[in-house]
Amino acid sequence: MTQLALVIDLNVCVGCHACVTNCKEWNTFGAAGPMVDQNPYGKDPTGTFFNRVQTFEVGEFPNTETVHFPKSCLHCEEPPCVPVCPTGASYKRKEDGIVLVDYDKCIGCKYCSWACPYGAREIDEQQKVMKKCTLCVDRIYDATMTAEERRPACVRACPTSARLFGDIHDPDSEVSQAIREAGGYQLMPEWGTSPANHYLPRRKTKLRIREDELERADNPLKIDQQLPKPGKAEPSLDDVTSW
Amino acid sequence: MHPAFSVIFLTTLIGAGQGLFLALFTVESYAAFGLLPPQASGFYAIGSAMAVLLMALGLVASFFHLGRPERAWRAAAQWRTSWLSREVIVLPAFTGAAFLYGVAHWSGVNPVLATLPSGTPVNITAMLGVAGTVLAFALYICTGMIYACLKFLREWHTPLTVINYILLGGASGFTLAAALAGHFAPEVMPVLAGWALIITLLGLVGRTASLFRNARLKPKSTLQTAIGIKHPKIVQKTMGLMGGSFNTREFFHGRSAAWLRGVKWLFLLAAFAVPAGLLAVGLSRSAGSALTLAFVIQYLGLMAERWFFFAQANHPQNLYYQSVA
Repeated sequence: MTQLALVIDLNVCVGCHACVTNCKEWNTFGAAGPMVDQNPYGKDPTGTFFNRVQTFEVGEFPNTETVHFPKSCLHCEEPPCVPVCPTGASYKRKEDGIVLVDYDKCIGCKYCSWACPYGAREIDEQQKVMKKCTLCVDRIYDATMTAEERRPACVRACPTSARLFGDIHDPDSEVSQAIREAGGYQLMPEWGTSPANHYLPRRKTKLRIREDELERADNPLKIDQQLPKPGKAEPSLDDVTSW
Repeated sequence: MHPAFSVIFLTTLIGAGQGLFLALFTVESYAAFGLLPPQASGFYAIGSAMAVLLMALGLVASFFHLGRPERAWRAAAQWRTSWLSREVIVLPAFTGAAFLYGVAHWSGVNPVLATLPSGTPVNITAMLGVAGTVLAFALYICTGMIYACLKFLREWHTPLTVINYILLGGASGFTLAAALAGHFAPEVMPVLAGWALIITLLGLVGRTASLFRNARLKPKSTLQTAIGIKHPKIVQKTMGLMGGSFNTREFFHGRSAAWLRGVKWLFLLAAFAVPAGLLAVGLSRSAGSALTLAFVIQYLGLMAERWFFFAQANHPQNLYYQSVA
C-alpha cells in the first residue's frame, strides 16, 4: 500500500517561505477554487493557506539556533479528523494515503479542525468549507506534465531541497531512506496519529582537518630529502618569468 | 477554544428540553403507579410543547454554527464513526417522540395497549414516554461524546463530560418542569422541585469534580513534541503570519485568566447555588414565582458554564501559534 508523504529537512530549511507562496499560487488556481484572502492589502491581512513556515529559537543566548519549521497537513496514517466528520467530506484515500476534503460535501462545521492536534486545517472564510493540504493531488497524477513537474508545488519551489516527496511505505524510496538514515521523526507521537510526513532533525556539521592532511608527513620526496625545485619558499614560476 | 454562541445555545437549549421531557414522564410514571394524583392532559401537552420548542430553538441555533447550512442534511451520513452525526440523527428522533407524546396527551387519543402483571395499564403515552426517555439519554450521550471523544482536548476527554451534560441538562429541565407545575399542576410541584434540587446538587458535584480534575491536568503535548526538538528552552519567534488566521481565531478565547476565574465563580453561583436556594424556597413556600426565577437564573448560569467549558479546553495546536513577528 502506498502512503505518499513529505519529508522536511530542518537542517536545510532556510525559512524563505517559497514553499508557502508557491503552494498558495498553485492551489489558488486549482480546480477546487481560490484560497481566498481577506483584507489582503489592509492592516491585518489574513487568508487560507495550506502551508506555513514558522520560526523557533532553540537554546539560550548566546548558544541559540534558529529553526525554521514548515508546517502543513501531515496526512496521518491514523487521521483523527476523518472519523469525526459527520458528512464523510473528510476522507483518506486508500490508494495513496492522501487525506482530502470533498469541498462539495463539507458543511463547514469545523469539527475536523477541533480533532486535528496539529492545526493543519483552515476554514475558507468565503467558501465556508474546510481546506487543507492536498499534497497537490491535482499535480502529481497529471500525465500532461513531465515526471519532474509531477511533484507538489512546495517541493518544486524549495531552493535548498529541504522538502522530499515520495512513498514512505516503499523501503527503497528516497523518503524512506532519508527517514531511516537521517533519523526522521513524527510530530506529537503521543497521540498515536502516526503522521505520514516526517521531519529530519538538525545536525551538527563539523569539518575536521588534521595538519597531515594538508601536508603529507610520508611524502616520499620528503623522505629522500630531495625536495621539489624551486622550494616552497622560492618564488613561483609566475614570479620568476617576466616574458 | 473560542466559545461559539451557536453551540452554547444549542447545548443548553436541547439539554433543558430533554430534561423537561424526562420530568414530564417522571410525573406520568409516578401517577401510573399511584404515587401521584393523575394529572390533566393539559400539563403534559404544554410541557411537551415547551420541550419541542426548546429542541427546535436549539436546532435553529446549531445552523448558525455551520458554514454551509443548506448542506446540513448530509450530516446524518457518518453515524458509524461520528458522534456529531449520531447527534444529528437522535435530535430529531427525540423531538419527534416528544411531539407525539404531547399530541397524544393533547388529543386525548390514549388507548391502553397492554396491562402489566401488577394491573398497571400501559397507554400509548407510556410507550412514547419510554421511547422518548431512551432517546433523551441517547442524545445526552451523543452531545457529551462529541467533546469527550477528542482525546487531545484533555479537559473534555473524561466520562465527567458526558455525566455533566446529563446532570446539567436534567437540572435545568426539572427546574423548568417545576416552574410549569407551579402554574399548571401545583400538586406535582413538590416532587418536581425536589428532583430539580437533587439533580442541581448532583450537577454541582459533577461539575466541581471536573473543575478539580482539569486544574490538575499536565499537558501531554509540549513545544518539544510539537516540533520534535528535545531542548528544554524553545521559544517561538514567528508563527509565519501577522494578521491572524483561522488557527488564531478558532482556538483561543482571547480573555484574561481573571475573566475566566470570574466566569467560573459566576456559573457556580448562577447555575447551582442560587437556583438551589430558590428551589428550596419554592418547595417550602409553594412559591411558583421563585421556581420561574430559579429556571431563568439557572439557564443563564448554564450559558456561562458552557462558555467556560469551551474556553477552558486548551487545544494542542495552540503550541504552534504563540508569537507574531
